[in-house]
Amino acid sequence: MLTEPRHRIREATLAAATEDLGEDYEWRSDSLRQRWRLAVRRHRWPLLFISPFFVLFAVFNVYPVLFSFWLSLHDWPGLGPMDFIGLANYTELAHDPLFWNSMLNSVLLFFIYVPVMTFLAVVLAAVLNARFLKLQGLWRALIFMPNITSMVAAGYTFRLILDKDSGALNHALAFLHVAAVPWLDDVWWARISLGLLMIWAWLGYNTVIMLAGMQTIPRELIEAAKVDGANAVQAFRRITVPLLRPVIVFSMTLSIIGTFSMFTEPYILTRGGPIRATETPVIEIFNSTFTDLRFGYAAAESYVYFAIIVVITLLQFWTVSRSDPVR
Amino acid sequence: MRQAPTKAITYLCVIGLSALMIFPFTWMLSSSLKPFSEIFAGTTFLPQHPTLENYASLFQQSNALLKLWNSFYIAASATISSVLLCALGGYAFAKFRFPGRAFLFGFMLASMALPFAVVMVPLFVMMRNVFHWIDTPWPLIVPGAANAFGIFFMRQYMLSVPDEMLDAARVDGASEFGIFWRIVLPTTVPGLVSLAIIFFMSSWNNFLWPLTILHSDSVQTVPVMLNSLQGPPGRTAFDVLMAGSVVSVLPMLVVFLLLQRHLVAGITSGAVKG
Repeated sequence: MLTEPRHRIREATLAAATEDLGEDYEWRSDSLRQRWRLAVRRHRWPLLFISPFFVLFAVFNVYPVLFSFWLSLHDWPGLGPMDFIGLANYTELAHDPLFWNSMLNSVLLFFIYVPVMTFLAVVLAAVLNARFLKLQGLWRALIFMPNITSMVAAGYTFRLILDKDSGALNHALAFLHVAAVPWLDDVWWARISLGLLMIWAWLGYNTVIMLAGMQTIPRELIEAAKVDGANAVQAFRRITVPLLRPVIVFSMTLSIIGTFSMFTEPYILTRGGPIRATETPVIEIFNSTFTDLRFGYAAAESYVYFAIIVVITLLQFWTVSRSDPVR
Repeated sequence: MRQAPTKAITYLCVIGLSALMIFPFTWMLSSSLKPFSEIFAGTTFLPQHPTLENYASLFQQSNALLKLWNSFYIAASATISSVLLCALGGYAFAKFRFPGRAFLFGFMLASMALPFAVVMVPLFVMMRNVFHWIDTPWPLIVPGAANAFGIFFMRQYMLSVPDEMLDAARVDGASEFGIFWRIVLPTTVPGLVSLAIIFFMSSWNNFLWPLTILHSDSVQTVPVMLNSLQGPPGRTAFDVLMAGSVVSVLPMLVVFLLLQRHLVAGITSGAVKG
């Protein structure tokens, strides 16, 4: 009986599962079920301690993801009978300008703010790491403060500051004799404004990460380079930045995922406008669900969205691992 | 010789940037004290005739006190339950050897890559049609109660608890749960505090999921209330909105300034080692 493949797999799992039962346990010709029971009983405490995560994950993540696929094959307004339509949602999605526009917006936004923010974070971390700088904790706290702010509150405040007619920024620019900028009313300026909000909110977070990474680099390395005649900028470029690479990659990965899951910031700052220029995939999924009441279509969008994020993240890891870390 | 100008430039950069970071907060506060007409004229920085009228209308017409209470008790319940369950999970992964540990841990870490938007639609359907949890706090507390980030975070802390201490307690006949409760938890308080701050803040500021779940006015949290205060297009009610924003930001600022060190330690722990 045990020669059947699925039994062999069970046998192998079981062997792994019971490998550290110890010598006090005498192997007898117990049935599989008994041996499972023994293994579980022996390790009941750790298994019990980790079970909340796996139970909640199964109920609130695995099941919804599977259910979502079923949903994506249907036409369903959220209530009443579900209409099976096969892959029609996906074929419609392939030609849906709104969905692909939202994806493109995310890519554009990424290039608008992430390079600037990452650069600023590295430089700022180096500045905060300078030995002579007093009150390091205070500066770090002040720069970090936006990150603990509700993005709804911050979004409205930015909307007020960036208002074309009564905003503080345009008043300041008028003082410098610069013409009023349509911060929230022009396709490109709106994207830039959203980028400004993102930099404001996340610069401190990224700086703190970079700073922590920088503090693991031994100061002797930089001192030695300076003894050899390198100036501060050269030491920074040739020693600090290359050694900081893993941390920079980590923060870029977070920024990619963060940009593609952006919802609150554009939803409050620009409501996705003007002319959908700041509509992100999550806003699009949200609208398909709660405005258009197309639950099946929104589920299909979620699936394609997830696939694209996975591909982009893998591509990023691939490029990073291919390129040579030290020049 | 070269030092002096470098220092001056550094300080200038740091002070300038800090000022830029703080400016929106000051603008939020000063606007919340201005009447609507003055906000829209936009010509003054400090309010000419500071008034608390915006706050009065926020608390009287929008029942902001109730929304603050909603936000608070949801964040507190979510924080307490998740910190305990994450500590429990982190302890098991750090201090026990059991079959499949490496696989389960890796699986858990990988699960962090699942964006919320992917499960949002089916989860909403579940909450409404199966659990009937619309307009209740449960969807904001239960699904995230034992989350991968928290377990990973606590595991890093638990690794440094000496095994001898646990074994000694076992020899003395303590139960496994008793060991966790009386020995492991008290020795990892700094980690628990860091995690609690992170959870509390993310629950307090959470917007998308509460927006989909909390529809009735009386169950709304502060960010959802702010969203519904917006008013018709063209005449955004910035006066009340700025007062509401101050009310929403202030508690977090106080917590942050008091417990800043714990928070920063929490954020960087994953980044540098991982």
